[in-house]
Amino acid sequence: MMHAEPIISVRDLVVGFGAATVLDHVTLDMLRGEILGFVGGSGAGKSVLMRTIIGLLPKRGGTIEVLGKDIAALSERERRSIERRWGVLFQQGALFSSLNVQQNVEFPIRENLKDLSPRLTEEIALAKLEMVGLSADVRKKYPAELSGGMIKRAALARALALEPDIVFLDEPTSGLDPIGAAEFDELIRTLQRTLGLSVFMVTHDLDSLHEICGRIAVLFEGRVIASGPIETMLASEHPWLKSYFRGKRRRPVRH
Amino acid sequence: MALAVSGAWTAERARELEDIVDAAAGRYQGTRSVDIDLQKLERLDTFGAWLIERLKRKLTVGGATARIVNLSERDRGLIDEVQLVNRDTAPKRRVPNRALSGLDSLGRATAEIGWSLVLIAHLLGALTLAFLGTLRRPSRLRLTSIVHHLDRVALRAVPIIVLSTFLIGAIIAQQGIFRFRPFGADIYVVDMVSVLVLREVGVLFVSIMVAGRSGSAYTAELGAMKMREEIDALRTMGFDPVEVLVLPRIVALVIAVPLLAFIGSMAALYGAGLVCWLYGGMSPEIFLARLREAIWLPTFEVGLIKAPFMALVIGLVACTEGFEVDGSTASLGLKTTASVVKSIFLVIVLDGFFAMFFAAIGM
Repeated sequence: MMHAEPIISVRDLVVGFGAATVLDHVTLDMLRGEILGFVGGSGAGKSVLMRTIIGLLPKRGGTIEVLGKDIAALSERERRSIERRWGVLFQQGALFSSLNVQQNVEFPIRENLKDLSPRLTEEIALAKLEMVGLSADVRKKYPAELSGGMIKRAALARALALEPDIVFLDEPTSGLDPIGAAEFDELIRTLQRTLGLSVFMVTHDLDSLHEICGRIAVLFEGRVIASGPIETMLASEHPWLKSYFRGKRRRPVRH
Repeated sequence: MALAVSGAWTAERARELEDIVDAAAGRYQGTRSVDIDLQKLERLDTFGAWLIERLKRKLTVGGATARIVNLSERDRGLIDEVQLVNRDTAPKRRVPNRALSGLDSLGRATAEIGWSLVLIAHLLGALTLAFLGTLRRPSRLRLTSIVHHLDRVALRAVPIIVLSTFLIGAIIAQQGIFRFRPFGADIYVVDMVSVLVLREVGVLFVSIMVAGRSGSAYTAELGAMKMREEIDALRTMGFDPVEVLVLPRIVALVIAVPLLAFIGSMAALYGAGLVCWLYGGMSPEIFLARLREAIWLPTFEVGLIKAPFMALVIGLVACTEGFEVDGSTASLGLKTTASVVKSIFLVIVLDGFFAMFFAAIGM
């Protein structure tokens, strides 16, 4: 499953708001089929990078290539076809509150594959919901009636609706209890293997980083200061990395 | 019997694949044993995997067997996964009786109206309590907040109120002159305009404007606060949301609407005077002289006495609806609409009651 070809390639990316520069010449590669954990202090600009890659924020300089194509150089139409190949799980789920769970998952399918029969649309939506572990009685519920964990699962099902190659997860386990978070990690790994996804995961959850991330990239003061597997992070002598991975809340190291 | 699956079985081709699958299922249903051969399958995603699974399920109906053969390691996970899904068929929804559901929604709507009146009364009670509390301890009255809301609902509303009431006055005067002239009754246009504007239209129109402009804003603000649990946060800190959020808003409205009604009435009279002069050829001196005869102080009082009550109704409805917003964004829109519709309706009803009251006491 693992190929060394980068599926996302960010070069010298500069992003700022007003006088502040949030990302200062960030360079980062994500490989096809890997789960990349992206960490950094609160306000370091992790979400900013994610939102810039998916085109929600404008950049000031640098290039972003997704699936081998420079995002900035694409026509509107090419952009749309690229956008169909990624799914995004926002931090709060961002389910459409006027649609029920099933309609939320059906929405991207119906809008993008217009000639699909209603029956197949429904079956696929229900299949996705079952794959993320949501039971049948949740289908007709509205987002306001769901718990935090259910919202994340439903939002993940929606992000996966169009069979994306890449999934962006913005703090997928935040707001979940440790059991729920561990289950969600497991779910992400299972889905990643079954569907052959590449996962870009912004997270603070050390357990997730240990358990499912093949590689970790660290953002500090606007730059990526380190990337590599968890062992590299644990071995690093950089003061911020030391306190992050080996601080008071570290996990007991298993050997 | 063997069916060979080939090419890419992915979302983009799902439409034609579904037809292929349904055709194959129709043709080979009843065949005792079918092998679904995935040897030549190039790409597979959930859409394709599900369609293969659907084919398999259709072929196995009635005791026949269907097997998937030559399944690659790459696709095994997905094929295994879809075997588990869509097993339980959702219970068929009962089609409701049309007449019964019509009656049902009529009943619900009626109960809803009664319930919303109860809620308004409830908030009125809470507001009175909060107000009495601040009377006892005036330091608890949030003066900064009141001034802030006064700025929003009164000062910033002045331009649009002046402009629209000016036009209303001008239009009434123009129509009056046009219709009265054949009877030589031009001069009575002044009576009509002044009484109409000062007693009814001035305050009514301003109230409707305020309900649309500020009532909707109140509902949306409080609703958003409710959605983001800000109101719960206030309550847990020992604050009374009615005292902190509702009281300053409604006090500001009660001060603002009479002021705006006064300004609006003046602007309307000005507009009427201008039209009488330029269109009707009635000099301003004559207009003013006639105005002095046409109205007396109570005409003016009747209008302005109503204003604070209108403001109270608008504020109560707006805040009640705001607190009724639940988690969804749709309900925010729904409640904001309901707030404006209800407050405009209630303002008109209230105006009717006032008209009956003033008629009864001979004002």
